[in-house]
Parts: sequence; C-alpha cells; structure tokens
Amino acid sequence: MLTLDVNGKQLTTDAAADTPLLWVLRDSLNLTGTKFGCGMAQCGACTVHIDGQATRSCVLPVSAAVGKKIATIENVAAEAVGKAVQEAWVAESVPQCGYCQSGQIMSATALLQQNSKPTDADIDAAMTGNICRCGTYARIRAAIHRAAGSLA
Amino acid sequence: MKTLIDNHHTTIVNAGLPGEINRRDLLKGASLSLAVIGGGSMLAACADKTATVASGKPLAPGHFLRIGADSVVTVISPNTEIGQGAYTGLATLVAEELDADWSQVVVEAAPADVKIFGNPAFGGALQGTGGSTTISAFWDPMRKAGATARAMLVTAAAKEWGVPAGEITISKGVLAHAGKSKSGKFGDFVAAAAALPVPASVKVKDPKDFVLIGKETPRLDARDKSSGKAIFTQDIKLPDMLVAAVIYPPRFGATVKSFDATAARQLPNVANVLQFKTGLREGVAVLAKDFYSAKKARDAVKVEWDESKAFMMSSDAIFAEYKALATKEGAEARKDGDAAKAMTDATHHVEAAYQFPFLAHASMEPMNCVLQIKPDGCEIWNGEQFHTGDQNVVAGILGLKPEQVKINMLYAGGSFGRRGNAWGDYLADTAAIAKADGGGKPVKLVWSREDDMRAGFYRPAYYHTLKAGTDKDGKITSWQQHIVGQSIMAGTFLDNGGAVDSSSVEGVANMPYEIPNLKVELHTTKLGIPIQWWRSVGSTHTAYAVECFLDEVARATKQDPVELRRGLLAKHPRHLAVLNLAAEKSGWGSPLPAGTARGVALHECFGTVVAEVVEVSKKGNNYKVDKVTCAVDCGIAVNPNVIAMQIESGVAYGLAAAISGAVTLKDGVVQQSNFHDYQVLRMNQMPKVEVHLVPSTNKPSGVGEPGTPPIAPAVANALAVLSGKTVHNLPFSTAGLTFV
Repeated sequence: MLTLDVNGKQLTTDAAADTPLLWVLRDSLNLTGTKFGCGMAQCGACTVHIDGQATRSCVLPVSAAVGKKIATIENVAAEAVGKAVQEAWVAESVPQCGYCQSGQIMSATALLQQNSKPTDADIDAAMTGNICRCGTYARIRAAIHRAAGSLA
Repeated sequence: MKTLIDNHHTTIVNAGLPGEINRRDLLKGASLSLAVIGGGSMLAACADKTATVASGKPLAPGHFLRIGADSVVTVISPNTEIGQGAYTGLATLVAEELDADWSQVVVEAAPADVKIFGNPAFGGALQGTGGSTTISAFWDPMRKAGATARAMLVTAAAKEWGVPAGEITISKGVLAHAGKSKSGKFGDFVAAAAALPVPASVKVKDPKDFVLIGKETPRLDARDKSSGKAIFTQDIKLPDMLVAAVIYPPRFGATVKSFDATAARQLPNVANVLQFKTGLREGVAVLAKDFYSAKKARDAVKVEWDESKAFMMSSDAIFAEYKALATKEGAEARKDGDAAKAMTDATHHVEAAYQFPFLAHASMEPMNCVLQIKPDGCEIWNGEQFHTGDQNVVAGILGLKPEQVKINMLYAGGSFGRRGNAWGDYLADTAAIAKADGGGKPVKLVWSREDDMRAGFYRPAYYHTLKAGTDKDGKITSWQQHIVGQSIMAGTFLDNGGAVDSSSVEGVANMPYEIPNLKVELHTTKLGIPIQWWRSVGSTHTAYAVECFLDEVARATKQDPVELRRGLLAKHPRHLAVLNLAAEKSGWGSPLPAGTARGVALHECFGTVVAEVVEVSKKGNNYKVDKVTCAVDCGIAVNPNVIAMQIESGVAYGLAAAISGAVTLKDGVVQQSNFHDYQVLRMNQMPKVEVHLVPSTNKPSGVGEPGTPPIAPAVANALAVLSGKTVHNLPFSTAGLTFV
C-alpha cells in the first residue's frame, strides 16, 4: 500500500511501485481528468503538479511521488491562479475536443505560479511540451495573457 | 480571431459531389424500431445544469428536444461532439426558433437509431458525423423542432391567458402578453403544451429576426472541458470492467501463428490472454483489472506471426510504382476541350510532380471503446461517430440484430475522420475480444499511442504529375494532370463502383479555374495498407497540387499569383470574392521586410470556399509561419466564434502535416510510433490566424474541414518565393526545411 498526497488528501493505492502515477490517478483513484496521450512524456496530456512543478505523470513511477504534494486538474480551481486560468480558458473559448486541455491548464497554471507576467517567449518555453491536435494554441496563448492580467 | 458563421469538423462525403449512398448495405438488417429518447443518453453538455428530470410530462414534439417543467431545454444531438462545436451549433438552431435563453439549454447525446437520427446529408441512411455536414444537414430539422415546440408553448399560453396566440411574444425564454401584463416561463406551460396536438407545419424565422444565430454564443462544453469533468471513452469505468491491451501484427495482413502467454498469465491482475480476429485483422489481447497491468502483461506475451500474406513493400517502392503509373493512360476524371493539342500549340510549358506520404490522424485520445455483452444484446460506450455502420459491424460479430447494439455516444478526444471508420475497426476488435473472453464483463479496449500510430487507416499516399501550356501572355490554355493513389471510398458505403473514385479527384475534377483544355486522369492502386478519410479527404492533396502548380505557372510566366487566379475565376464570383477578401485583408502586394514572403491558396470543399494568405519568414536556418489571413464563405454564420475556431484548427492541422507529417514503411513495417517520430505542430510553431467571413444569406455549409486544404500550398508558395523552389515532396522536412 502506498499513501499519496493528492489535492491535499491522503489517498492509498495498492498499485505496484513502478506503475506510472498517471494510471494510479486514473485507474486506482478515479481521478480521470488527467489524460493519457502518449505514455512517453511527449504530449503533456498527463501533466500534474508535483510540489508545484508541472510534471508528466505518464513516466513518473508512483513510488517517486510518495511524500510529495500532487495536484491535479480536479482541484486546480481551489487556488487563485488555477481558477483564473480556468476562467480564462472559458472566456477565450479555448477547448475544442478538450482532451488535452487538463494538461494545458496544469502547465499554464504552473507557469503563472512561477512567472506572473509571462512573455510570448516564456509561454512558448513552458507550453511547447503540450500538444493540441485541434490547434488551440493561439487561444491558449491569449488565455494565459488574460489570466495573468486578471491576477495582476 | 474575429469572424462570422457556422461550425464543424471531420469527414466523409464531399458535399459538392453527388454522394451516392448505398442504402442497401447500410440498411442490411438495420433497425427499423423506435428507440426511447432519453433512455439511451447519459451525458448533458453542461455541468451546472442537468438534463431534465423534473416531474411531469415534458414537452417533446419530435425527437430533437425536450422541455421540462423546470424550463430546461434539452437538445438531443444525433451527431458527435469531436471538438467541432456540433453540440453548440445544433443547440443554437433549436434555441433560436424557441427564443430560449442560452442559459437554459443543455445538449444530450442521441441513442443510435438511424430511422430517427439518420444524417440527412447521407440520405438519412446512416446515423453518423462526417463531411462537415452537421449544421448544413440539420439546419432545417433542428429549426423546425424548435419552432414546433415554440408554437405549442404559445398555444398553451394563449389558452390560459385567453388571448390570441399572435399577440404573445417570447424573448430569452419568457412568454409575455403586453396588453394583459402576463408573463411566464416555458416550464409554466409545458404540461398544457404537451397535451396539445403537434402542429403539422410551422414557420421558421426570417434570418433578419435571428437573435442567437450569427452571435458568438459561448460553447456549451467549454467549462466541462476546462475542468477535467468532460467524460471521454478513456474515462469510463464500469463494475467488473476488464481493460484490454492488444498486440497487432507488425505488418498489415500478418496472422497469428501461435502465442505464448505463460509468463503474462502469472502477472498480477491479469484475467485473460486471448486471440481475436475480425474481418480486418487479428491479434492477441491481454485482459486485466487496469491498464498498466494489462500493458505489462502484454509486453510479456510472445507472438509468432505468419507473414506469408503480409504487406511487405517500402514507401520508396510504392512511389516508384506510382511514378511509373503516372506515365500511363488513366481513367478519365475530367475532359474539357483537347488538352493534348492545346499543349502542342502552347507558347510556354510548365511541368511538375508532387508526392504525398501516408498520414496518421493522431488525435489526442488514442482509439478506445468500452463494450459489454448482455443477455439481450450489447452496450457500447464510445466517442461514437458512425452509429449505423458500427451497429451493423458489432451485430455481425456478436450474432445480434443491429438494434440490439445500444450505443452511448461520448465526447471524442479528436477524430479528424478516424473515429468514423467505415469498417468500425476498433469497435470490431472490442466486440471480438469481449466475445472471445465470453464472461459478459465490460471490456475496455485501450490503445497505446503506438497502437494508434501503427494500426493503419491512414490518409493514403498519392502522386500527381501536372503539365500546363500557356499562350504568349501566360494565359493557361492546357492543363494535364495524372493522380495516382488508393481509393478511400473503395469498399465503403460511399464506393460509387465506377472507374473514378470521386474522393481521389475532388478538388481537381471540379476545380473552378476556367481552363479551356483540361484533362484529369486517375490511376487507382490497391495496396494492403488500411486507409481512411483524413480531415478534408481528397482535398488534402489535390489542393496542394493545383495551388502550388498555379504558382509555378505564375513564376514561369512572371505573373502575380493572385492576378493569375483572378483571371481564371471570372465565371466564379463566389470564389473570386473569397480570394479578393483574403488579398485585401492580408495586404497582398504591400511591402514586407526582407526575408519575409507571402503565399496564397484558394480551395472549395464541403460547399465552403476558403482562401488563405500566409506570411512566412526566414529566421536563421529556420522558417516561421508568422500569420495566416483566412477568408471564408460558408453561407450563413451560425456561430462566428466557433467557425473561427474551426478554421484556426484546420490551419494548424494542415500545417502540422505539411511541416513534418509522414507515415513511412520499410518492408511493410510502419516506421513511426509516437509523437517523437511523428512530429505535430506545437505552441511555438502556431501562426497568428485571422478569419474573415464573406457575408451570406445562403444555407450554411461545412467549416470543420475546409480550413485545412489551403494552408500547405499557401506556405509552399511563400517558401518558393523565399527559396526559388517549390517543395514537391511532402512533408517540408523531407526537403530539409525546419520550422520554429
């Protein structure tokens, strides 16, 4: 049994220690907002926060997350930055199919938590690991700027 | 990102062609029974409102809407929401005629029942989403449904208030009678209205009276998709459910000789390891309690394959055959005048050949499906796109009647054509696995990205050769084109059975440019590689060949590319207006900084005309697509914001393929496996996109696909200005060009 700190709650799982955190969140803890896209940290759909850092959960063994604070999309609106990002996503009509957007929002929230006024170059650097096949990138960029503005 | 018009994505039939639908095949054993509306649906597209369950009989004339005593308007969508905005668009049509307030509207997925929910664009013979048809196909039925319910509410209110129906107004969901100072919500009259006879005919609004259509009403799914709440197939978990990980053959057409699952069966949480087979392919599946257990066990299974009938060719060999074929006489797709004689008589001659690789759809959600065999049939949970075809396929495998296959349509994490597979490939696999397991437990097929990339159903590879002849002034007098490639429609319900597959030549055989002597020939090939429609189907390659070649002619004869096109469009004012709008808004002809160039392309598909002007700059050794100015004529704009989203999306999708998209084969083995070797567009490569709509009073046409075809040739034409050379062999990365 492993105990994880997920969204401020202590949750236990009987998953094997080498199981990627993604599959523990989804299959064991029923937190399905975090998505599977590639399984090799290429697409960012599985992005969560580990101690505040945007992290690809599809390649992180669950054992490596023990003792750390894990935050997922389900709880992102509990904090001001995450809430602002989520509202900006709606205001800019970002999602199309929506499958990648949990990961996009987690990456964007981590960016704004560390950099309250990101430039376009900062956004490129922080968001280039998150793929969107619907091509919502321009609206994601606008939403990040909007969220930054609303938090200023 | 500002605009005006309707919505939409995906794929199938070119609305501009006579889409012959084979009703016989579609209806073979298909259900004629009526489904109970509401019973089959499980999701509402709105988090803060739930579908109507209020007490009392709802007002539900027809099958497309239901109004409850709580005044919630539930719109029932026959078509899938794959990102294209179908739910929002269809709900807008209903809400408009009802004069509902947008905040009282939710959407619910319709059950599978072709008799009720067949897509009018497919002659009603298939319930399914494709060909960018959702809004155009349901433009009339959805508005009629809203107008019918409105008339019944008004009649009920008139009776209760004792006033003439004609004196009642409705605005934002409130019925009112000014003279008697009466007002009420929909819910106040639902019970009385539901008892009334359904009017045989109703009038829909004059477009000048539209309140919601043409406005940027917010998407109904935006909030759920910004909070992790939206439910996709990947998220379905049922009691006792088993997750299936699969092993497909390394080469198309190989079969299982034997497999050894001894080690796999020893691993934790593994329930079964079995062989499965459908009409398309076979493989081995591992069933386990969760995905990671299934995956680990799958990696421990050893399979010996029989490759005696497998497809063994490499991409290079395929193209060598295609090049040889292009020199021979093909099936005639279009013939105007005498192209051969006009070519001989011409002053200037231009020749080019273009090569297009196989492409994967690579939607963010890999294919997946949940299926449970039950005593009285089976139930499916899926990002469902082709209800009728999938019902028939699954029924065939399980020995059921199609109407015994119940489908819960979920959000799909992208499709771009892939989930509307004519053979229901991944659903068939799921059914075969569940049948082989035999336990009656729900089975969830989960593909890895590698499965998704390598299991086939690609945009086919194509090869085009073109020749043009012009007079001394550069006017094109002759055009000869050969197209070589597999037929996407062959064997599907859209197979016209003739020598010319319309999907292979669409965009060329019907091109608007006035050229007096024109010959288009098609060589349809047969390869053992599964292929499928991919966002904009034939236009994915025909637009590139035609639009790049026009620029090659322009350069050879020293003409401006926009002027050359204008000269060929005198009889096509709609195309000309779109081209002119794009030229105007992009500042075509105005000076640019050194190292920056513009390129243009124009294309019509699915009834919509799009022109795109790009600005491309050279940054050191790399190129950057800085800006794309789009002009679009898609008829009446139902939701300009959703239209802009779709055009932006089409641009990004087409640009990704142009820059780096290629599935290649070596001795029959697909070389790509994941996003590291099948590169797609990323944030830093996304250009600024402006969308400008041509005002129109015509019925809406599609917008999901038409944004895609012009982007690749527009960028190629700008690159040619910068480098002097047109890229003839896609993707651009093949020519050593890299983009930032």
